[in-house]
Order: sequence, then structure tokens, then C-alpha cells
Amino acid sequence: MEWTSYLPPLLEGAWVTVQLAVYSTVLGAVFAFAAGIGKLSHNRLISGISVVYIEVFRGTSLLVQLFWLYFALPVAGQIIGIDLRLPPVVAGILALALNIGAYGAEVVRGAIQAVSRSQREAARALNFTPRQTLRWILIPQALPEMMPTFGNLAIQNLKDTALVSLISLGDLAFRAEQIRNFTQDSTTIYTIVLFMYFGMALVLTAMMKLLERSVGRWRTAGT
Amino acid sequence: MSDPIIKFDKVVKRFGNFTVLNELDFEVGTGEKVTIIGPSGSGKSTVLRILMTLENINEGVVYVGGEPLWHERKNGALIPASEAHLRKMREQLGMVFQQFNLFPHMTVRRNLTEAPVRVLGLSKSEARNRADELLEMVGLTDQADKFPNQLSGGQQQRVGIARALAMRPKVMLFDEPTSALDPELVGEVLNVIRRLATEHDLTMLLVTHEMQFARQVSDRVCFFDKGRIVEQGVPDQLFTNPREERTREFLKAVLESEA
Repeated sequence: MEWTSYLPPLLEGAWVTVQLAVYSTVLGAVFAFAAGIGKLSHNRLISGISVVYIEVFRGTSLLVQLFWLYFALPVAGQIIGIDLRLPPVVAGILALALNIGAYGAEVVRGAIQAVSRSQREAARALNFTPRQTLRWILIPQALPEMMPTFGNLAIQNLKDTALVSLISLGDLAFRAEQIRNFTQDSTTIYTIVLFMYFGMALVLTAMMKLLERSVGRWRTAGT
Repeated sequence: MSDPIIKFDKVVKRFGNFTVLNELDFEVGTGEKVTIIGPSGSGKSTVLRILMTLENINEGVVYVGGEPLWHERKNGALIPASEAHLRKMREQLGMVFQQFNLFPHMTVRRNLTEAPVRVLGLSKSEARNRADELLEMVGLTDQADKFPNQLSGGQQQRVGIARALAMRPKVMLFDEPTSALDPELVGEVLNVIRRLATEHDLTMLLVTHEMQFARQVSDRVCFFDKGRIVEQGVPDQLFTNPREERTREFLKAVLESEA
């Protein structure tokens, strides 16, 4: 079999991988901000929930989280009489997002805390509320600090999408395994897959660089 | 002196074991320009930071416009102030920081419009007009669209002054406004403050090491040492004929280093 004949199914799988990566990264960013800001809250309940979320999802394996959402949650739901069966796509995106969100939350928290105290004092002197200070003074200055680490997390996440093939999602890794079972041509297939992942990572890196530049324009102004 | 707009009544402030303000009694009249001088660690900046509600006090009462700042009246007794009370009190005060503390991610104009729009609820165009007037006053009309890091220190501090004025405070607090500046940039900032002092009935409280300037703009100069006022008076008297030995020593040391 020609190696080019592997391409259509692999590209089909790559498209699933791209979608998984994009949706889970965006959702993960939402979780990261919610938990990162939540951890800084003076409300003990909110900060408590954030800490538990962050520690649980950083402290357990992504594979176990994925299996738990896909296999264990429906069973648990059955016991209490709620239908908690998730389609593989939803389980996959949710597991990836919750996982990246837990790591991202620490990045968000750290970057917000790193904004200098004098900025908070200036905001207080101008009578901004704590919430306004966070939204208009602290987060805009913290964003450029977060971006390089977010970029790393996004790439990590892209590669982690390969795990969802284990709950029968037809992503790139899943298609590769299918074709390999059929043709036994491991070298060719996995070489192609290697380059495909690498290509996607390159594109992702470039996109994160652009994003980094746009949120940090004020830093480089005039220099 | 007219009714004091600021009054410190036996105020004690401690940082750990260190007493910064030691039962301080201090008043500033409405419209008065008062300069605080003194060695570092004497509690001068702390007075301003307490007024701007950046530092709480340990004992005593601070009054602004006759109302307790760090306390609320409840059933005739004074209880610690809520955030809502502090917010209301803060409307009367504006502060200029030693390190400018401009918002680096906003243009100069946005630095001036952000708080008026979000805190005072001004419309964008009202805030913009107010900002442009103030920028003209501090001579920075042509820098409105730049970011703070594109300006010199002197320009940044003039933006800092305009930003505080945009909130229309009754009392302006200047915390060593020229201490972080290169010597050749000090003059432009002092000129702006001098004009404010002569052309407006704002109450001004300044902490500075610029003795010549203090002498020109102040109605009264207070010499602080060890958390208390050692001596105060009109500038000519205090600078040329201080009563206290400690004041004399301090002035001698400072004026010698300037010469």
C-alpha cells in the first residue's frame, strides 16, 4: 500500500485532534481563570472549592480522570438515578479541560499576585472596588506574564489529546492505530503521525506568540 | 485657622514593635498648604498613607471633613470603618506617589479617564474632556496617546498629578513627588505643584525633601521626628529661626548636603 493512501484517514483523525485541542484549551482557560481567581477570593467557600479542584486534578493522572468521567461517572449516576452518560467527545474535552485548567489556575493566580503592590495602592487611591481593580488593573497586567506558560500548557494539551483514543474517539492516534492494525506498517504510519503532531504544535506555538504579543502591546510600545 | 479638614487625634501607628506615629496630634485647615519635612522613618509618609486609607491606624481617631476616617459612628460610639465608609471618605482625597504608580497598560489619556468613568460614572466624553483639560494644565497634551513607559519620569509624575486631580478631590496628598526623579526633571514637576498651590483652593499636604520649594509653596511647615511633630510654623520662621535644637540639626544637615 502506498503511504499516501494513509493520509485521508490520518487527516480525518488530525481534524478531530485539532477540534479536541481547541475546545479543551479554551474551556481549560475558563477553568483556569475561574479557579485561579477563586483561589484568591476572600470567600472561604470559593477559595476552598478552587483549591480542592486544583489539587485533585493536578494530583491525579489524566488517564484516570478520563476513564472516571467516561466509565465511572455513568455508573455513579445510575446509583443515584441520574443519567450521567457522556458522549466520548464531551468526556474527552471535559477531562482535558479540567486537567489543563488545574495547572493553568496556578499560573493565573501567580501572575495576578505578581502585579506590584503599588498598582493595587494606586487603584485603591482612585477608589476602584476590589472587583474593578482585578478586572481593569490586575488582570490586564498579569495576562502577558501568563502567556508563555499558557503556550506550554496548550502544547502539552495538544499532545495529551492522544489519550482520548482510549475511549474510542477517532482522533489522530486512534486512526494511526487502526491503520497499523490493518497494514502492520508501523514505521511509515508513526513517522507521518509524528510529523503531523509536530506540525500542529508549530502552528499552535505561532498562534500563542501572536496572542502573547497582542495582550502585551503596551509593554513594547516605544522601544 | 478655619475648621480643620484633616485632624489627627492622638493617632498611634505601629509596624510590629516599631512605633511610627506616637500619639500624633495634627491638623490641616481647609485650603491650607502644609509641608511635612523630617528624617526618613519619622512617619511623614505614613501620615499620607493613613489618609489615603492605605494603612490602618492602631489607636486614636483621624477626621477628614469632620467625619472619622477609619471609624464609623454607631449609637454614639466609634466602630472600625466598613469598606463602604472608606469608599465614601476616599472620594475627598487624591494621592501622588513617589514612584508615580501609573497604570502601564493604559495610555496617558486612559490613565486619566479610567477612574472617572468606572468610579464616578462619568460618560466617556465628559471624562475625556476633563482629561484633556488636565493634560493641558500639566503641559502634556501631545503625549495623550502614549504609554507611560514612553515618557520621562517628570512627564510620568505630571500624569500622576493629573490622574489624581481628575477625581476632583478636596485634599491632595503628595508623597515625595520628586524623590524618584533625575535632578534635571524635578523642576517641571515642582512647577505644576506650585501652580496648583497658587491658583487653586485645594487643600494640599506634601511630604518632600525639597526645602527651597517647601518654603515657597507652604503656608505651614511641620518638622516630624520619631512619629511626632517636633516643631511647626510658617516657612520663614521655621527655616531661618527654628526654635528646637533637633530642627536646627536636621535643617543644617539637609542644607549642607544641598550646597
